[in-house]
Amino acid sequence: MSAAPRTLHGSRVSLAHGSGGKAMKDLIDDVFVRAFGAPDNAPLEDQARLDIAALAAQGDRIAFTTDSYVVDPLIFPGGDIGTLAVYGTVNDLAVGGAVPRYLSCAVIIEEGIEIDLLRRIAGSMATAARRAGVEIVTGDTKVVPRNACDQLFVTTTGIGAIRRGRDLGVTRARPGDVVVVNGWLGDHGAAILGARGDLRLDSPIESDCAPLHELIEVLLAAAPGTRCLRDATRGGVATVVNEIAAASGVAIELDEERTPVRPEVRGFCEILGLDPLYLANEGKLVAIVPAAEAVAAVAAMAAHPLGTHTVALGVVMDPWDPRDPRDPRDPRDPRRGRAGRVTMKTRLGGHRLVDMLVGEQMPRIC
Amino acid sequence: MKYIDEFRDRDRATSLIIEIARVLGRIPLTRDRPLKIMEVCGGHTHSIFRYGIEGLLPPSLELVHGPGCPVCVLPIGRVDDGLSIAAHPEVIFTTFGDAMRVPGSHRSLLQAKAEGLDIRMVYSPMDALALARRHPDREVVFFGLGFETTMPSTALTILAAAADRVCNFSVFCNHITIVPTLQALLDSPALELDGFLGPGHVSAVIGTSPFRFVAERYHRPFVVAGFEPLDVLQAIWMVLLQIEQGRADVENQYARVVATAGSRQALDAIAQVYELREHFEWRGLGSIDRSGIRIRRAFAAFDAETKFVVPNARVADPPACQCGDVLKGVLRPQECKMFATACTPETPLGALMVSSEGACAASYHYAGARLTEGSGHLRVVR
Amino acid sequence: MCLAIPGQIVAIDDAARKLAVVAISGILRQVNIACIVDAAHPVERCVGDWVLVHVGFAMTRIDEAAAAATLEILRELGEAQAQLDDIRATPGENR
Repeated sequence: MSAAPRTLHGSRVSLAHGSGGKAMKDLIDDVFVRAFGAPDNAPLEDQARLDIAALAAQGDRIAFTTDSYVVDPLIFPGGDIGTLAVYGTVNDLAVGGAVPRYLSCAVIIEEGIEIDLLRRIAGSMATAARRAGVEIVTGDTKVVPRNACDQLFVTTTGIGAIRRGRDLGVTRARPGDVVVVNGWLGDHGAAILGARGDLRLDSPIESDCAPLHELIEVLLAAAPGTRCLRDATRGGVATVVNEIAAASGVAIELDEERTPVRPEVRGFCEILGLDPLYLANEGKLVAIVPAAEAVAAVAAMAAHPLGTHTVALGVVMDPWDPRDPRDPRDPRDPRRGRAGRVTMKTRLGGHRLVDMLVGEQMPRIC
Repeated sequence: MKYIDEFRDRDRATSLIIEIARVLGRIPLTRDRPLKIMEVCGGHTHSIFRYGIEGLLPPSLELVHGPGCPVCVLPIGRVDDGLSIAAHPEVIFTTFGDAMRVPGSHRSLLQAKAEGLDIRMVYSPMDALALARRHPDREVVFFGLGFETTMPSTALTILAAAADRVCNFSVFCNHITIVPTLQALLDSPALELDGFLGPGHVSAVIGTSPFRFVAERYHRPFVVAGFEPLDVLQAIWMVLLQIEQGRADVENQYARVVATAGSRQALDAIAQVYELREHFEWRGLGSIDRSGIRIRRAFAAFDAETKFVVPNARVADPPACQCGDVLKGVLRPQECKMFATACTPETPLGALMVSSEGACAASYHYAGARLTEGSGHLRVVR
Repeated sequence: MCLAIPGQIVAIDDAARKLAVVAISGILRQVNIACIVDAAHPVERCVGDWVLVHVGFAMTRIDEAAAAATLEILRELGEAQAQLDDIRATPGENR
């Protein structure tokens, strides 16, 4: 890790850097290896070699996940594509009840990108990996011609060990369970939209990008009966809750008055006509917790820095029986209908559906 | 948030709902049929669904969703015209987000963007003008749509472009006026409307006087309403009081924003830049006289229809599409045969399913008025 | 065309072009204020005004007194209902 810095020719990545020759080795060493670290300057092999027994000591199943990261702009308030690529995959492991251990990092680089930008992103990844307690142990680099990709695509694959006895699953929600989220919703989505600049809004909103593994351990210690955990990324909390409701065959009702949204995100959404429930988060999870453990779960999470505004957002209900005496034939009530329906009690006490979105939310003027 | 949270107060809403129920109970007509109040504006439709207001009101009151959704009434032909402009390689075609998914004959703006046309979403026409200043080598065209609410903004943008002699900016003008539509609705025999919630932001521009004909000639109460839940509820209450008292007046619930005379500055800008078209095509409603506006010759340099030749084809709606009847309030969204079957947010046949304030999209998204449990087909109850 | 939001003018960006900065819950946006400027309200004196913002334009100035009056009507309605409920709840001669 303390190898003498090599000098790369020029300040921009060229196709030569992807050709497999010396230029490419220099790029990898100078940008990625330097940031991620290689044990004792040993030459890199084609594969990372991981001790099975060490993994097995931490759990009885391997959690294995992969994700590609494509974000515009690459650098945004609160993070960059590197931070996202590490925390996103760490969180995908952690919501399965795993201890995240190792990541791989594959990048596709557009010819012409500035090498300093790559160094910055690699640095972010290294910092994020340290914070998340994971090692980036292997990777790949490709360079493609100009316009063949949008600056930089990053794919990270992660491995973790799932602790014995943990059984989290999207089909496990049951009537009576409580839906818990760990704080302000929509920060990341709003930060990205604002950072793109075309809406010309001057906004202090930052991405909530963060590793949730520690918070999850705290939650599972306080509420070992937790049924399901999901991180609420693209499509926001609304999408995740819909997925859980559908997979578990239940109805879920959320409470608008309890929905935690930062004032600036609220203002942002009011200006553009967006619903924060559908905005992406990168440091928020949805937990389905048995009623008996809900109070302990909320308290434990709220005491953690990443759970400051934790709230019980809703409840899991029986899918509504059409024979229910509450006038099941009232066609105006969105709670009628089959399992998998998510509704919200509005701040007026009325009800609305929280449906799956088709495509991305668009700002509107009407 | 000031001027917002106070008008979303639950206790005040509950009071209004209780009062509405009481007044309804005192109106003899409700023993025979529900009262029907039309909320003209798509913003009201959105608010009603989003807060679940209709479900809190007694069934003796029915809220009918009107045609005040400028995206919903945009004819297919005009979307095609916009796409033909966007197809010019030098053009950056800018639009509000609402219009992106409206289907043209073959594709929407969003699909055309995916296919490589330079189509960009903006929040304000001023941002489109800024884009023109930044890209002097390109032609920036702004897709102007909306009722009188949005006319001042495009008019003032054209005036700003003229003042600064920006020569690569133009507006593709599809603005429409609300009064002729209301008239067409009131003349329609199929409707049995008892009162109206008037468009609060249109009125902020044109004032309340243009709506006097509704009360004087058609003898229906007309209450100009704001868009927060308390505004909608208070306006409904005011309409019901008029009905109970046998009155028909134009009243202003939204006094904190709407002045009786409207906005002189906005009206001046509109008059300076625009003139009425003889007629304009409305999707689902056909051609309505003197309901659309175009840019005056004096500002031809900023008129996209002068700079570019557009096909101007009149394209019929899909035969199965019943948007017109829903727009007129004759059909409820779930009564359209295509609703939630062939026509869904994923595969919209008509614009009422595309625009988020369209009655069908709002109904589908917020009210879940589609398949009922235990049945494999649409079952319309009541 | 109905989506508009109250905001407060916090600065003038370009007086000649009537462009101001409006703050909405901590978000700042440049807004054209031509519609709310006139002889009685010159550009510079608009700082601090609450306006209704639609697509980057200030449509009208918000009338604080009218807002308060509307809320007062609703507050009185609530009180009247509470009194009526009290009367109904009390048995005996008060009917």
